[in-house]
Amino acid sequence: MEVLRTAMAGTLESSDAQVTVEPGEGKVELDIESSVINQFGRKIKATVEETLERLGVDNVKVKVVDKGALDCTLKARVEGAVFRASGYSEDEICEGKKLPWGGAIR
Amino acid sequence: MTNPNLTRLRRSMMFLNAQKPGLIKDPYIYKPDSIMLDLEDAVAENQKDAARYSLYHALKEIDYRGVERVVRINGLETAHWKEDVRVCVAGRCDSIRISKCESAKDVHVVEEEMRKAEEEFGVEHGSILIMAALESTKGVLNALEICEASPLLFGIALSGGDYTKDLQTVISGTGVEFAWARGQMINAARCAGKQCFDTVFTNLDDMEGFRRETEMIKAMGFDGKSIVNPRQISVCHEVFTPTEKQIIQAEKIVKEVDEKKAQGIGVFTVDGKMIDIAFYPGAKRTIELAKAAGVYEGDL
Amino acid sequence: MINAVGRDIPEKVLKDLNMKPFAGTYARNGEEYKKAAPTVRCWMDPKESKMVDSIHDVLVKCGLRDGMTLSFHHHFREGDYIVNMVMEEVHKMGVKDITICASSLGKAHDPIVPMIEDGTITNIQSSGVRGKIGEAISTGKLKGYAIMRSHGGRVRAIESGDVHIDIAFIGAPTADEYGNLRAVGGKSDCGVLSYAYVDAQYADKVVAITDTLVPYPNIPASISQVNVDYVIVVDEIGNPAKIATGAAKPTTDVRKLMMAEYCTKFVINTPYFKDGFSYQTGVGGASIASTISLGKIMKERGIKMGLGLGGIAGPMCELLEQGLIEKLVDTQDFDLKAIQSITNNPNHIEITGSEYANPMNKGAYVNKLDFVILASLEVDTHFNCNVVVDSNGMVTGAQGGHPDTAAGAKCTIVIAPLLQGRTPAICTDVTTVTTPGETVDVVITDYGVAVNPARPDLLECAKAAKLPVKTIEELRDMAYAITGEPEPIKFGDRVVGVIEARDGTIIDVVRQIKDYEWD
Repeated sequence: MEVLRTAMAGTLESSDAQVTVEPGEGKVELDIESSVINQFGRKIKATVEETLERLGVDNVKVKVVDKGALDCTLKARVEGAVFRASGYSEDEICEGKKLPWGGAIR
Repeated sequence: MTNPNLTRLRRSMMFLNAQKPGLIKDPYIYKPDSIMLDLEDAVAENQKDAARYSLYHALKEIDYRGVERVVRINGLETAHWKEDVRVCVAGRCDSIRISKCESAKDVHVVEEEMRKAEEEFGVEHGSILIMAALESTKGVLNALEICEASPLLFGIALSGGDYTKDLQTVISGTGVEFAWARGQMINAARCAGKQCFDTVFTNLDDMEGFRRETEMIKAMGFDGKSIVNPRQISVCHEVFTPTEKQIIQAEKIVKEVDEKKAQGIGVFTVDGKMIDIAFYPGAKRTIELAKAAGVYEGDL
Repeated sequence: MINAVGRDIPEKVLKDLNMKPFAGTYARNGEEYKKAAPTVRCWMDPKESKMVDSIHDVLVKCGLRDGMTLSFHHHFREGDYIVNMVMEEVHKMGVKDITICASSLGKAHDPIVPMIEDGTITNIQSSGVRGKIGEAISTGKLKGYAIMRSHGGRVRAIESGDVHIDIAFIGAPTADEYGNLRAVGGKSDCGVLSYAYVDAQYADKVVAITDTLVPYPNIPASISQVNVDYVIVVDEIGNPAKIATGAAKPTTDVRKLMMAEYCTKFVINTPYFKDGFSYQTGVGGASIASTISLGKIMKERGIKMGLGLGGIAGPMCELLEQGLIEKLVDTQDFDLKAIQSITNNPNHIEITGSEYANPMNKGAYVNKLDFVILASLEVDTHFNCNVVVDSNGMVTGAQGGHPDTAAGAKCTIVIAPLLQGRTPAICTDVTTVTTPGETVDVVITDYGVAVNPARPDLLECAKAAKLPVKTIEELRDMAYAITGEPEPIKFGDRVVGVIEARDGTIIDVVRQIKDYEWD
């Protein structure tokens, strides 16, 4: 998928993560902040990278501000931001664009 | 095989905003019978998409430890609900709650959409159940046809906020505005062999009021209540816990009927009195309620 | 050197501080030692006044110089103005290399951080620290070691001469001109001065700072004129709103209520729950809820508490008023209700920090506890607790009476929710050991209750109470299944602090934190 514009998903509440994506410069650039970085930094990074890979996103700048989100939430927030940025806004979904549940979203 | 969830115990059905990670990560701690992950009213209009991703991964990755996972989808009048159905099926929730259901047709429309999604995602038809929220005068009037609309529909629930608006009244605290709807709905549900659930009680500080209302709807025959906060669960369960006397009586009935049936005898007596076979389902339910409350120590 | 809780204490630290590694909670039982003593300047001439105009003047009179140890108490909690007020003057005088020996330090003392950075303060000894001082310590800004001591351990350290206080500054809600100090009757009441008592007895110079000078004699005094050198009057010694809070509304958080219910069910199913039992609890939501529900059962069963101990909040005072507690024995007051109670109720009694928890006097009150209900940031599979360092390695809490009461009580119960956000509270190894697992009997979480295998008797009690009993490993596994297994924190090499066991040995060290490395 191609990130066409800047989009964000998630909040800064405890147990959530706020993910912002914007078009990249030919590669994946990650910027991760987390309240549990010392304990889960690698896991958070791996989850974000795997999610991007499944979505086929290889040209993006991603900023994650994590407040202790579980993996399932991290994935949801990355997907939320990426789909919003690449032609799957809720309006477009309501008009009939179908999301790849169980495929790229796993 | 019939889905065992059709008749499972549902004393407490707790609403949770599917978009709030802090809420959905471990609500099973509070031991509700069901959680209702909400895509509808609790989710802001601009977060409908985000809620689905959150819901999908919660369904797939969080072990809810046996608590039923109902998803409340957006109303059929909106453009959101079809994708809601897809995510519910793809995520294999246990049940879908139809908002603002007004007729058997509404149930059929959702079931049809479920069928399509089930085919797309390879999910067995019948593994995901349906419940209908009645939120309008029309919906309540059509309670029986809704109950009979599908074998996958396990029950109906009153949604009091919208219903009182439709009636042009307000929630008074006395229950008078719901008297007819509750009577109509429990009657329809029992007539069709379905479950029936009461509306939410929103004043969290009035636990006595909550208890009184729960006692009343239990006495009316309701199976359970919609819950808005974990604080209400223990009181709700307490109300639905049978007394020792009721448990002993129920146990005798169940044992007597099972025993005599096995022997091919059609006359049942408990404590020397003839009893009617019609007592049997109620007695079974009493035992189930006692088990769920952790107060049953017998061998049934 | 590996100590009795399996922590590696570097030889350099043992040598620098002339301390021994922790050898077990009761390893020093029965030892004999000679107490330290202060140098006293006597006050024989009745014409001499103890009143001094300013902090500056008193510092001059006390002969403040580089390298001195200054002590403070924490009865004003986050409302304390004394530490900042004194240190500001010390700083202005250009004195360096000060050791602060406080019963505790909090966020209220963030303003002293620049003095750590510029070398005014080079050593800190405290029950713990919060806020910016904790960050300063963890990031290596303090030149010497931070020494974290329990309330009982601090008294022991002072009485045994491990630390010698040159000047003690005692904030006093009321004082008379000859140095009789009380904790009630003023503008900034804190109820008791328990933790300051040892400072008054063992410091060379004792300075009382008050905002309410009262007519002589200000008695019965928490701290007597015989131990006080000087009295200063200032406008405000603290912020009353932060010293004693109003009545806290009982928690409505169902998770806390559930843990409270487990706790109460457990307590009443032990043989210790009988008429005359002794009990201490904290001020967390679950502890308070548990105290309230325990009170109801005591009433139903006609069981009275003989001794209620420790830091006191409203709910314990209510039990006292209802006649459900014989004696409430107090070392700190957390709310207005507690202060009112100690002011008015003859069965609510102030004791000193030594009486409360000193492990090396002739028997402290904690030794008589049946139950103590505690909280913890982390508990590990050896039942070790950590209440000082957070899971990111940052110093952020205080030992308080945690290790003292755990060592003393027959039944030590720790309440902790399984998860704090993504951080598992039950883990394989705590980041830092502050309370040894051998003194922790029961861990209550929202996911289940674990009993220390050393206490099969209590395991039977938990089962009889029909609690969801798990092993501590099962609880940890449940936590890790949800969060993933946390990476061990990578610290820098430098030891910035030591966790002193209550007997004066080193139970663990705190290392400098470093920036997270991705690879």
